[in-house]
Amino acid sequence: MYFHYANILVFLVAGMAFVFLNMVIGSLLRPKRKTDEGLEPYECGEETIGSSWFRFDIRYYTVALVYIVFAVEVAFLFPVARVMRQAFEIEGIGGLALIEAFLFVAILFLGLAYVWVKGDLNWVRAFQREFEERRRLEAERRASSPPPARKAS
Amino acid sequence: MASLLAFLLFAGLAVVCALVALFHRSVVHSAFALLGTLLGVADLFLQLGADYLAMTQVLIYVGGILVLILFGLMLTPPDRRELRPARIFLGLAVTGAGALLFLTRMDSGAWKAAPLQELPDLANQASPTAEPIGLAFLERDSWLLAFEFASVILLAALVGAVFIARRRFRVDDEGA
Repeated sequence: MYFHYANILVFLVAGMAFVFLNMVIGSLLRPKRKTDEGLEPYECGEETIGSSWFRFDIRYYTVALVYIVFAVEVAFLFPVARVMRQAFEIEGIGGLALIEAFLFVAILFLGLAYVWVKGDLNWVRAFQREFEERRRLEAERRASSPPPARKAS
Repeated sequence: MASLLAFLLFAGLAVVCALVALFHRSVVHSAFALLGTLLGVADLFLQLGADYLAMTQVLIYVGGILVLILFGLMLTPPDRRELRPARIFLGLAVTGAGALLFLTRMDSGAWKAAPLQELPDLANQASPTAEPIGLAFLERDSWLLAFEFASVILLAALVGAVFIARRRFRVDDEGA
């Protein structure tokens, strides 16, 4: 049984060694010139603006939430997919197995459709909605409390 | 022998990383230390013969929940109120009660801990667990209803989570 997990171990070791070896080779080959530009954090060639210790956009969080739900779906579907051929030959299950699995995916697909249609996966539209929401709130705030300074003057 | 060695290695990894997660000054480093803890626990599942559970642990906890925790940290502004004595006392009380419950129950019934030398070599004896679980999901008088219902629960979780995350715009605006 341990032999089955040996390939996972080999995979892990090879992955770590690949990263480590590339860093070693890089440190041996690259020219060492300590200019001001060279010591700055590298942002894909862009000059950095401000500190990187800022609060991230909420949209990353939405994408991560959607990812987790579908990761759980994979965890549920994996054992079913593993026995699908086997289940076809069992009396009482047969072709129903395919329908059951499709129903499971179809119910979750509704969720994906909802998120998609509402624009939560859409980076630019979500940004526009946030902008419009801000403007609407600003207008509401102005309507509820008119500035008294103008009347006085 | 090999199984005892693997157990000590991965259990040690889990405990050391948990301690780093508890005591490191930076919460982001704590979250990364949690990676080691979750991987260690995945190996414990593997050694107990639960290969499907170990795979799920890596896929969902290491791959998903940890990313969510990191995003949660990046989204949260530092809160000075965390250091108020009332909050510290509440945290200590809750964790203390949990630890007390665990310690008093540990030596009785199903919790009974086996001596280290008598660890059963379950990983070598057990057969893969994914197939029986898959068949149990598909059989009508077994867990079929629960399997399909899990899909509905996931749908509710997806829509609800996205809806709450979307409402954050308003909360932020009112706070500003």
